[in-house]
Amino acid sequence: MTIADIHETAEAAVNDYILAQETKDQLRFLTCGSVDDGKSTLIGRLLYDTKLIFEDQLAALERDSRKHGTVGEDIDLALLVDGLEAEREQGITIDVAYRFFATDKRKFIVADTPGHEQYTRNMATGASTADLAVLLVDARNGLMVQTRRHAFIASLLGIRHVVLAINKIDLVGFSQERFEEIRKEFGTFANGFDFETLEAIPMSARYGDNVTAKSDKMSWYSGPTLLEHLEAVEFGEHALEAPFRFPVQWVNRPNLDFRGYSGTIASGRVSVGEELVVAGPAKASRVKTIVGPDGEVPEARAGEAITLTLEDEIDISRGDLLSSTAHRPDVADQFAAHLIWMSDEPLLPGRPYMLKIGARTVTATVSEIKHKINVNTFEHMAGKTLELNEIAFCNFSLSSAVPFDPYEANRTTGAFILIDRISNATVGAGMVWFALRRASNIHWQALEIDKTARSQKLGQKPAVLWFTGLSGSGKSTIASMVEKKLHVDGRQTYTLDGDNVRHGLNKDLGFTDADRVENIRRVGEVAKLFTDAGLITLVSFISPFRSERRMARDLMGEGEFIEVFVDTPIEECRRRDPKGLYAKADRGEIKNFTGIDSPYEAPGNPEIHIRNIDRDPEDVAEEIITYLREKGFLAGFAEDGEGI
Amino acid sequence: MNMQSHGVTPERLSNLKRLEAESIHIIREVAAEFSNPVMLYSIGKDSGVMLHLAMKAFYPSKPPFPLLHVDTTWKFREMIRFRDDTAKRLGLDLIVHTNPEGLEKNISPFDHGSSVHTRIMKTEALKQALDKYGFDAAFGGARRDEEKSRAKERVFSFRNANHGWDPKNQRPELWNLYNARVAKGESIRAFPLSNWTELDIWQYILTEDIPMVPLYFAAPRPVVERDGMLIMVDDERMKLQAGETIEEKMVRFRTLGCYPLTGAIESEADTLPAIVREMLIARTSERQGRLIDKDESASMEKKKREGYF
Repeated sequence: MTIADIHETAEAAVNDYILAQETKDQLRFLTCGSVDDGKSTLIGRLLYDTKLIFEDQLAALERDSRKHGTVGEDIDLALLVDGLEAEREQGITIDVAYRFFATDKRKFIVADTPGHEQYTRNMATGASTADLAVLLVDARNGLMVQTRRHAFIASLLGIRHVVLAINKIDLVGFSQERFEEIRKEFGTFANGFDFETLEAIPMSARYGDNVTAKSDKMSWYSGPTLLEHLEAVEFGEHALEAPFRFPVQWVNRPNLDFRGYSGTIASGRVSVGEELVVAGPAKASRVKTIVGPDGEVPEARAGEAITLTLEDEIDISRGDLLSSTAHRPDVADQFAAHLIWMSDEPLLPGRPYMLKIGARTVTATVSEIKHKINVNTFEHMAGKTLELNEIAFCNFSLSSAVPFDPYEANRTTGAFILIDRISNATVGAGMVWFALRRASNIHWQALEIDKTARSQKLGQKPAVLWFTGLSGSGKSTIASMVEKKLHVDGRQTYTLDGDNVRHGLNKDLGFTDADRVENIRRVGEVAKLFTDAGLITLVSFISPFRSERRMARDLMGEGEFIEVFVDTPIEECRRRDPKGLYAKADRGEIKNFTGIDSPYEAPGNPEIHIRNIDRDPEDVAEEIITYLREKGFLAGFAEDGEGI
Repeated sequence: MNMQSHGVTPERLSNLKRLEAESIHIIREVAAEFSNPVMLYSIGKDSGVMLHLAMKAFYPSKPPFPLLHVDTTWKFREMIRFRDDTAKRLGLDLIVHTNPEGLEKNISPFDHGSSVHTRIMKTEALKQALDKYGFDAAFGGARRDEEKSRAKERVFSFRNANHGWDPKNQRPELWNLYNARVAKGESIRAFPLSNWTELDIWQYILTEDIPMVPLYFAAPRPVVERDGMLIMVDDERMKLQAGETIEEKMVRFRTLGCYPLTGAIESEADTLPAIVREMLIARTSERQGRLIDKDESASMEKKKREGYF
């Protein structure tokens, strides 16, 4: 039955029709090609021919065609898909637009992306969720630089099914010879890519030949129309056949009797009774129940959003990856990956970014750009930085080990995005190639004595009190007072003081921006170890840069990092000048002195804000103790909210 | 790799199952990443589906966020009744916000026109409510197939501290990895139904048996023909203009909003299958029933830049 027949059917038949829709699947595809290859026209044609263009949209289209149209009196199908005002005026597609149409067999989601080189990031965005790519070629021009580029990006993003749409065949007289020539050339070229299906189809999007209906002008062509192929192509086997991977998104705990782990199955299958392992700590348990969208089920497969409960109570939280015991993912804090840069600000090796992989976000730096890749010639080039739309093969170093698979084996667990720590913009997209040797495959033995055990024994919740402020602001005085009070209260503490640490652990570091970053990194790592040991750690460091304080915060567990901003104005610090440093800096004897010739970035939102001009340090210390008590750090050990 | 599965037709998820899973993933991701999310509940069919998905996403727990309804005071009475019943039935917190200044000035779609009414009672009111409660993420039921500028909307759509949307400076969105980072005062609008079409929505309502406001089903209702639209007389605030008469017609609504701005269609479809049938043979898209989109073809984009959903 087709949609057109619905007119005549009775309501019962409609019911049958709707039931049949439940078996209909969904294909997501990407269209790419250069500006003039007729991409938007092709999508307009598909929407038009599948009769999902409604009358009023059509009326608006006719109106807009008269205003912006580029094809004279005919309806410009491309206007149907070019969305935003600005690009309609420029006559080009500058972003990714998603379009929808359906036949009786499948629903289609089309990502329409621009063809220019400066829009590589948009094409990559569209390709990341696509099952198939339609590459458009103008039959008159044949393979162009951008055809090669698009094939490369599609392959890089893991698309395994490609249609080579040889368009505007009407303008070369429906020539079979021309079609064969282009097809052969592309076949040879695409040999190196990992495409499983490659279908070349001669067509005219403008006139509809071989798009949804067989052309009567190309009797020499016996293959499918574009729509026939899209309806029939098999896809998605890889995710179903790959080993089980389940990134835990959310811990579901309505009451003490139910502890569920919610997420979307990235690959493979799972059934009740099966043994699973948490990647990293390598703790294992068996699946007790699987709760699907419609209640309990005996098994589930890739793509489903489910909640699992396990036989044993093991510590699992958001960001963990459950996997089959037989085929485990890599766990490493260093890997090599392809990176597509998406920001106007260049990538700088060594600068920390947020890296989101699965449900896990960690801090990461590019430790080395191995080579850049010219997207037109695929040549490898040396590079120190990456500019917008450039692609490179890089080594990454992460703040903690994460579980992953090579992107080639798994498009979900091998993909990551990079986020700028200050602007919060998405600046890069990465595909893991392999774990770097040094860190790979260390599935840590699950420690029986862990942070929880240690802090329980100490009867406290570990925390880091991070005092930041100008030199002479009173950080160390207050920290020392707080530590004394905690000590009297029977708490286990330790203080890391800027000056003291610089005499030992950090004596090789100076005061350049790079050394200040390293200084804080080391202190952060030490504080983390002390926290792991269950201690309440007091850190008293100027720590002038927001991003490094953020780095330290990210090292600690949720809620463990308490930023104390000792906010004493510089005039007051200068007046106090307990070590005579301001005087020296003013005389130019100390370079890069914070507040004089090196900036201090004040915290925007510290947990504790001490406006410290005339206050008695004793009062201030008491305020901090009160804060710790109210937040439950001193109330004996309280179990923290799991994954919430 | 499991070699045994080769050669067997893969059990791909059906269209509806794939959409359902994707929406649940998005809803959970927002709940996990934001400190204070809220779900915009507009009482319509899309909101109904979104809420149904949220219930599934956290079952057996309740969704960890409240519902927010921006009440213009001009919604159909049946909608308000349905809203309150729904929140009660599901045991969820419902926040209702009305722009107090608009209320004071007696803003009405009849006296002030649709664009002033929409700006003050919907767009401004929504911003007020988001600011008042400090929500850092708000779920909306918008779909990309509704309108051209929506087609390029992200699933996590970033809004600056003034709730503005900058279509030219959107964050790239790859795979199912959503960037949830915002600075203080900034927020995101999350659209879990981005990839659903109107037909998907109705099919899902049918297969899942999701309760809907009765206004979607055809019934005899008092209507007046005005500006080429059938407007239902829902209360005494609607004054007849010269030459207008109230007629009782068999009508239903394809979308629901403020009654003076929402056109009814003549229809006999009083069951879900009948509605889907009508859908399949429809020659008019659903937004045509909305007066507020008519001004100019890029009007939705304009409203969105100002903070409309």
